Amino acid sequence: MKLNLLAVFAGVYLVVLYAPIVLLPLFAFNSGSVIAFPLRGFTTEWFGLLLDTPALHAATLNSLIIAISTAIFSTILGLFAARAATRYGFPGKGGIVGFIMLPLVLPEVIVAISLLIVLMQLGLNSGTWSIIAGHTLICTPFAIAILQGSFANMDRSLEEAAVDLGETPWSTFRLITLPLVAPGIVASLLICFIISLDEFIIAFFLSGNSPTLPVYLWSLLRFPAQLPMVMALGTILVLLSVLLLVLAETFRRRGLRRAGLKDTGGFL
Amino acid sequence: MSQKTPIVTLTGVQKYYGDYHALRGITANIGQGEFFSLLGPSGCGKTTLLRSIAGFEDISSGQLLLDGRDMEGVPPNKRPTNMVFQSYAIFPHMNVAENVGFGLRRSNMSSEEKRRAVGEALEMVGLGKYGARAAHALSGGQRQRVALARALIMKPKVLLLDEPLSALDKKMREVMQVELIRLQREVGITFILVTHDQEEALVMSDRIAVMFEGEIAQLDDPETLYRRPKSRRVAEFIGMMNFLPAQVLPTGPGGGRVALDVAGLGHAELEAAQCPNGATIGAAEIGVRPESLTILYEGQSAEGGREAEGTVREVVYYGDMTYYDVLLDGAPSPVRVSMRNMPGRKVLDFGARARLAWDPRSMVMFC
Repeated sequence: MKLNLLAVFAGVYLVVLYAPIVLLPLFAFNSGSVIAFPLRGFTTEWFGLLLDTPALHAATLNSLIIAISTAIFSTILGLFAARAATRYGFPGKGGIVGFIMLPLVLPEVIVAISLLIVLMQLGLNSGTWSIIAGHTLICTPFAIAILQGSFANMDRSLEEAAVDLGETPWSTFRLITLPLVAPGIVASLLICFIISLDEFIIAFFLSGNSPTLPVYLWSLLRFPAQLPMVMALGTILVLLSVLLLVLAETFRRRGLRRAGLKDTGGFL
Repeated sequence: MSQKTPIVTLTGVQKYYGDYHALRGITANIGQGEFFSLLGPSGCGKTTLLRSIAGFEDISSGQLLLDGRDMEGVPPNKRPTNMVFQSYAIFPHMNVAENVGFGLRRSNMSSEEKRRAVGEALEMVGLGKYGARAAHALSGGQRQRVALARALIMKPKVLLLDEPLSALDKKMREVMQVELIRLQREVGITFILVTHDQEEALVMSDRIAVMFEGEIAQLDDPETLYRRPKSRRVAEFIGMMNFLPAQVLPTGPGGGRVALDVAGLGHAELEAAQCPNGATIGAAEIGVRPESLTILYEGQSAEGGREAEGTVREVVYYGDMTYYDVLLDGAPSPVRVSMRNMPGRKVLDFGARARLAWDPRSMVMFC
């Protein structure tokens, strides 16, 4: 009896969690222009409409530039921080690492407003590069968390062995460290990319005249006629996110296998 | 061994980690082609010393010469040493041949020469056919061999081994001990081995430095170390040693000899060489190895009448050997006696009376 209750609870839980997301593709392919049941008929019209909206294309391009830059910057910063945190002991290490990880729990609204105030005080225009900065701030902790795992899994004496066999610290990093943490780097790039691509609050505050994809989507909500197109776009974004996350996790696991280690849960 | 030309010269080497004094003035010469062991309990500084020689740790003061060259400020990749790590540190993203040939990357050998060198190195450690094998598909003993081949291919002046056998099971360890001795004879390179296993050190080394708390307590060949430990601590660490309280008598026989009264055994006379830290009249302690005490069976008697009697308090049967704990009459605690089991030699029972023969020549005395 107890077991059945648990099963019911789990079922309800999953339905509540995923039903709204299931609605997304449902209405994306619905030929009615009002988001309501009953469904009318099957159509791919809304997806076609996506292709004919230049403002959407501009927003998408903008988002891609921001997400790719953010992924690269966050991962490079994360690489340095994760290596330092796992390889060296230095005074105040715990405090410093905690400080870098803080944006993970900082309310994004606060980050966004602070960034906006700073930019205005400095008399600078907000725009693409300021969103990249803001996104790098919130993505770096994720990059560190992922890469720290990769470094912690790597036997320290591997690097020492390479130096012992005649390599310099730099060539050791290139020949030993980088190939062994490469899966972690790929995972970090993908996750930072997704976080940046989906991020709304910072982008909303700082985007100015060139909105990112989420900001553009939000602006569409004012026009009920556009809603089915939002559904179509949402469907694509959900699929893309799931795909990228699966890819990131695959790379993380491959890294563990390559290092000959057991999976201990991991990031996701 | 010590008269061979030194390849490693340590003079007053000190190492601090903050306030922690890890090495407290290490001075030693390690000879060309010597199999040298650093033996001690964990935390005694033996690994720190090995890593200092490799260049992974900077020494705080003192001097380290490798082949006559001062190593101060010389990074590990520029030192004539190579190391076999405790974890073996086999590069997991390379196969066996790539691992072994890794150190040749910077040499100006042709790729044909490199391939031949890798083949020879693998042959030497008995892995001739394993070149294409992936690193993670190796057993513990094979990883050990790859690590050895990878270090030896560099033809170092000194090979450093950090507890290389500790990750192996007992059988494999014994195989690799013999293998290491054979390899060392074959290549003639100086081996410096770090170990906490006294048996391993005794089996393999030409000389052993026993370390406690960052200092060398004794540096000798295995036999001297075993027969004539210089302190009670060394005696306890190397093998099994019985200790019995004794009194140094004021009426010595002269000629540098010392007369004692040993609890449970009786009157004994020792050479000065058996008293490493001298002899003063009064309380002292003698040490005697289990195999230097012999159980006397019916009809047997000890040479010079040096017999003692006691009660068997423990019997431990090992197959080839039997260990007895015998509480001698007049002694405060039991002594351990080891006897080889032979046909017709009865294993004594718990609680039986036993007669022991002893020999003052096999004793050491600590004041």
